[in-house]
Amino acid sequence: MGKRVLLIEDEPNITEAIRFLLSREGYQVDTHTDGSTALEAVAARRPDMVILDVMLPNKSGYDILRELRADEATARLPVLMLTARGQRRDREMAERFGASRFMTKPFSNSEMLGSVRELLGS
Amino acid sequence: MVPFNLLVLVSVLYVVLLFLVAFAAEKRAQQGRLGWLRSPWVYTLSLSVYATAWTFYGAVGYAARSGLEFVTIYLGPTLVMIGWWWVVRKLVRIGRSQRITSIADLISSRYGKSNLLGVIVTLMAVIGTTPYIALQLQSVTVSFAVFASQTPQGWGVPDLRSTALWVAAGLALFTILFGTRNLDANERHHGVVTAIALEAVVKLVALLAVGVFVVWGVAQGPADILDRIDASPIATWEMNGGRWVTLLFLAGAAFLTLPRMFQVLVVENSDERHLTTASWAFPLYIFLISLFVVPIAVVGLAQLPEGSNPDLFVLTIPLSFDAEGLAMLTFLGGFSSATSMVIVAAIALSTMVSNHIVMPIWLSARRGGASMSGDVRTVVLRSRRISIGAILALGYLYYVFSGGGAALAAIGLISFTGVAQVLPALLGGIFWRGATRVGAIAGLVLGFSVWAYTMFLPSFGESVLMSAQMLAEGPWGIGWLRPQALFGITGLDPLVHAVFWSMALNTGAFVLGSLMSFPDPLERLQGAQFVNVFEHSGGARGWSGRAAEAEDLLVMAQRILGPEEAQALFQAESRAQGREGYLPDVTPDFIERLERELTGSVGAATAHAMLGQIIGGSSVSVEDLMAVADETAQMLEYSSQLEAKSRELERTARQLRDANEKLTELSVQKDAFLSQISHELRTPMTSIRAFSEILMDGKGMSPAEQRRYSSIIHDETIRLTRLLDDLLDLSVLENGQVTLNCQTANLHDLLERAITATASAETGREIRIIRDEAAENVSLQTDPDRLRQVFINLISNARKYCDAPEPELRITVRRRGDELRVDFIDNGSGIPKRSQEVIFEKFSRLSDQAAAGGAGLGLAICREIMANLGGKVSYLPGQGGAAFRVILPLSCRRAQAGNRQEGP
Repeated sequence: MGKRVLLIEDEPNITEAIRFLLSREGYQVDTHTDGSTALEAVAARRPDMVILDVMLPNKSGYDILRELRADEATARLPVLMLTARGQRRDREMAERFGASRFMTKPFSNSEMLGSVRELLGS
Repeated sequence: MVPFNLLVLVSVLYVVLLFLVAFAAEKRAQQGRLGWLRSPWVYTLSLSVYATAWTFYGAVGYAARSGLEFVTIYLGPTLVMIGWWWVVRKLVRIGRSQRITSIADLISSRYGKSNLLGVIVTLMAVIGTTPYIALQLQSVTVSFAVFASQTPQGWGVPDLRSTALWVAAGLALFTILFGTRNLDANERHHGVVTAIALEAVVKLVALLAVGVFVVWGVAQGPADILDRIDASPIATWEMNGGRWVTLLFLAGAAFLTLPRMFQVLVVENSDERHLTTASWAFPLYIFLISLFVVPIAVVGLAQLPEGSNPDLFVLTIPLSFDAEGLAMLTFLGGFSSATSMVIVAAIALSTMVSNHIVMPIWLSARRGGASMSGDVRTVVLRSRRISIGAILALGYLYYVFSGGGAALAAIGLISFTGVAQVLPALLGGIFWRGATRVGAIAGLVLGFSVWAYTMFLPSFGESVLMSAQMLAEGPWGIGWLRPQALFGITGLDPLVHAVFWSMALNTGAFVLGSLMSFPDPLERLQGAQFVNVFEHSGGARGWSGRAAEAEDLLVMAQRILGPEEAQALFQAESRAQGREGYLPDVTPDFIERLERELTGSVGAATAHAMLGQIIGGSSVSVEDLMAVADETAQMLEYSSQLEAKSRELERTARQLRDANEKLTELSVQKDAFLSQISHELRTPMTSIRAFSEILMDGKGMSPAEQRRYSSIIHDETIRLTRLLDDLLDLSVLENGQVTLNCQTANLHDLLERAITATASAETGREIRIIRDEAAENVSLQTDPDRLRQVFINLISNARKYCDAPEPELRITVRRRGDELRVDFIDNGSGIPKRSQEVIFEKFSRLSDQAAAGGAGLGLAICREIMANLGGKVSYLPGQGGAAFRVILPLSCRRAQAGNRQEGP
C-alpha cells in the first residue's frame, strides 16, 4: 500500500502533472483545490504528507500551514510548499511557519520526486 | 613814545599768554577736572564776544556821531538776557537735548533735518560774518597804525595790509589749535572759552581804565563830566524813534542769531543753571563796558583836534595825554575784542561749513564708504581746519577789497541785519509747531535776498556793485524797486527801510509758506521736540539717587532679558563691586555692559534709548526714535521673511512627503506587480516543464496520454504568449506611446464584429445578447480595432462570469452631446461593492480560476484604451447584474499627450 499524498493546488494542469508523476511511483494522490476547506480535507484524508500551493483561492497556503502546525494532530505532518513567487521573502515565510520543504515553480520532476521520497522516508 | 618793537612784543606776549591759558584749560578739561571751567562766570564772560572791536572802538565813535543811539546796541542783548526765561533758556535746553552744534544745525534739525536749510543758513552766516571779521582785522591794523603815527622818529607806518595778513594768519593758527584739537560730540571748547573769558576781562578793564582816566584824569570828576556832556553836541542829538526801535530789535536778534553768539550762548553752555547768573551778570558787564562811552566821546570831541577819527578816541585820548601804559592796555583791550570775536566766529562758521557743506558732499562722493569712524574723524577735523583758514582768508580779502574805509558801526549793522534774517525761522521753530521747512526756506531766502538788495550790495558804495543810477531810479528804471525805497516808500532811514522790508517779507513768507505746506513726519516729530522741549527733555525728571536708578534698570532689564538672566547679571555686577543683593552701583562700565546685553535682545538703538531714558543723561532724540523704528521695521521684515521661508519650507516638506508617499506606494505597487508577473509566468511554465519532462521520459504512456499532455503544453504556451502580449500592450498604452489609427466607423458594425469574435471563443457559456440596433447606427471617429478590443473584452467577461441560469447581456446605446454611452449589463449577480474599485487594476482577477483564461489584465487594458481614445470605461453599480459603461467621444481626440498621430 503506497503512502498517501494530499495535493492542494488550484491550477488543474499542474495538479494533473504531479498526480501523474507520483502515481507512477506508487503513491496514492488525493487532490484539493479550495483554500478555505483545505484543513477539513487534511483531517478527512489523513495523508502521510501534504503538497501545498501558496496561492490558493479564498485562503493563503501560509495560513493553512500555520493552522496545520498549530494542531497537535498535524504538527509533525510533512508539508512541501509550492510557490510561483520565487522571492526570498516567500521562502522565509514558509520556513517560519514550519514548512518541511519549500519548492519554487517551475520544478523538475526528479526534484519533486526526490523531495517526496525524502519527506516520506521511503 | 611806545616803540613799535615793544608794541609787537607785548602783543606777542599777550598772545602767548592766551595760548597758555587755553592750553591749560584744555588739559584740565581732558583730565576731567572741569571745576571752575564750568563756572557760570566763565560762561558769562564768554558771552562778551558780543562786544567786539566794534563795541570797543566803535561805540565811542557811534556816540560821537549819533549820541545815545549806541546804547541800543547794548540794550538789545540786555533785554534778551533779562528775558532769558522765554527764549534763551529754551534755546539752551534744545541745544543740549538735541546736541545742536550750530545755528545752522538748529534750523536744519528743527525742520526735519533738512540739509538744504543747513546750507542756506551756513551760507547766510558766512556772507553775514565775513564783513564783520574784516572789521576786526581792520580795527587791529588801524590801532597799530595809530601807534605808528604817534611816533615822531617814524618807525614808519607799517603796511596795513601785511599787518592784517599776519593777524589773520595768527588767529587762524590759534583757532585751528584750540578749536579743532579734538572732536567733541558736544562741540565744547574749554580752552577757547577760557581764553575768551580772560580777554573779556582785559577789554573791560581797559575800557574802565580809559573811562576812569577820562573822568578823573582829564576832567575833574563825574560832576564835571556831566557838565561837559550837557555842553557837547551829543546832548542835542535827537532821538529817532524808528531807528531806536529798529536798532533795539536788531541787536536783540543778532545776540541770538550771530553764529558766534549762538556758539557761546548755546553750544558752549555746559549747565543750564549758568543762565540765571548770566541773566544779571551779563547785563552788568554790558553796563560797565558802556558806562564811560559818552564821557570818552565828549572828552575826545572836545580835546582832540578837529577831524580826528572818533572811532579811535579810546586809543588816541590816552596817547595824546602821554599815558602810554594805558594806551597799551587799551590796545590789548581792542586786540582782545577783535581776536575773541574772530576766533569764536571762525569756530562756529567752520563747524557749520564742515557739517552742512563739506561732510555731505564728502559722504555722498564716497557712498557707503565711511566704514571706520577714524576715517570720518580725520576728514571732519581736516575740513574744519581748512574751513577756518578759508573763513579768515575771506575776511582778509573782504578787508583788502572793501578798502577798510566804512565806519565800523555801519559794517556791524549790515552784518546784524543779515544774520537777523534767521530770527523768524528760529523763533517760529521753537514756539510754533506749525512752522514748516517750506516756510523756513521761503522766509530765509526772501529775507536774505531783500537784505542783500537793499543793504549789503549798496554798502559797497555807489557804482561798485550797484550803479548810482540804479540806486536812484531802480533797476531798469522801475521806481518801486529802488533798493533804498522799495514799493515807493521814500524818506525812511536806509537802515530802518532795509530791516523793515527784509524782516517783514521774511516773516510773511515764513508764515504763509508754513501755513500752505504740510510737514513730513520727521519734521513734525522734531517740531514737537523743539516746541515742547521742556516736556520732552530730561533734567526735570525725578530720578533721585543711584539706588532708584539701579532698580529701574533692573525692572527694565527683567522685562527684556527675563527675570532670571537679568537678576543674575545684576547680582554678578553687585558681587564684583563687593556688595550684597541685586542692586549694583550704576557705573559707566555697568551701563555699557547692560547696554551690550540689551542690544543682543532689542537692538542697539532701542537699548541705547531705553537706557538713556532711565539714566536721564540725555533725552531720547528723534534719531534714536527713528533708529528704533528702523530696527523694529527691519525686525518685522526679517521675521516676515522668516515666516515666508518657513511657510515655503513647510510646503516643500509637504511636497516631499507626498512624493515620498507616492514613491513608497509605487515601490509597493512595483513589488506587487513583479510578484504577480512572476506568478503568472511561472504557473504555465510549471505545467510545461512537468509535462515536457514526462514526455521526455516516455515510459509507459499511452498515445492518448501523450497527445493530451502535448496539448496541455501547447495551451500553456499560448497562455504565456497571450500574457506577454497583454503586458506589452498595457505597457504601451500606459506610457501613452500607442499609435491610434483613427477612422470613421459605424458603432453597429463594431459591436457586430465583437460579438462574432467572442462567440467563436472556446471558453465561457452561451449568452443571449439584447441590442437596440437602430440606436447603434451611429458613425464616429475612432480607432476601430482598439474599440472592438474593449467590446470583446466586456462581452467575453460577461460570457465567462455571468452566473445567471439563462445569461443575458443587454447592450444599450445613448447619445449625450458629442459623447456616446454604451452600456453592457448582464443579468448575473454582479460584482461585490468592495471589488468594484479594484476590477480595473492589473491582475485583479476576481476568480482565481485559471480556467477564466486571462491573467487579469483585460479590464486594465480596456481602461487604458478608453483613456487613449479620449473616453472612459467604468463600472455601473445598481443595474442588477454586472454593468459596464463605455463613454466614447464622437470624434477622435487624444486624452493623453505624447502621441504623434492625431488621426487622418
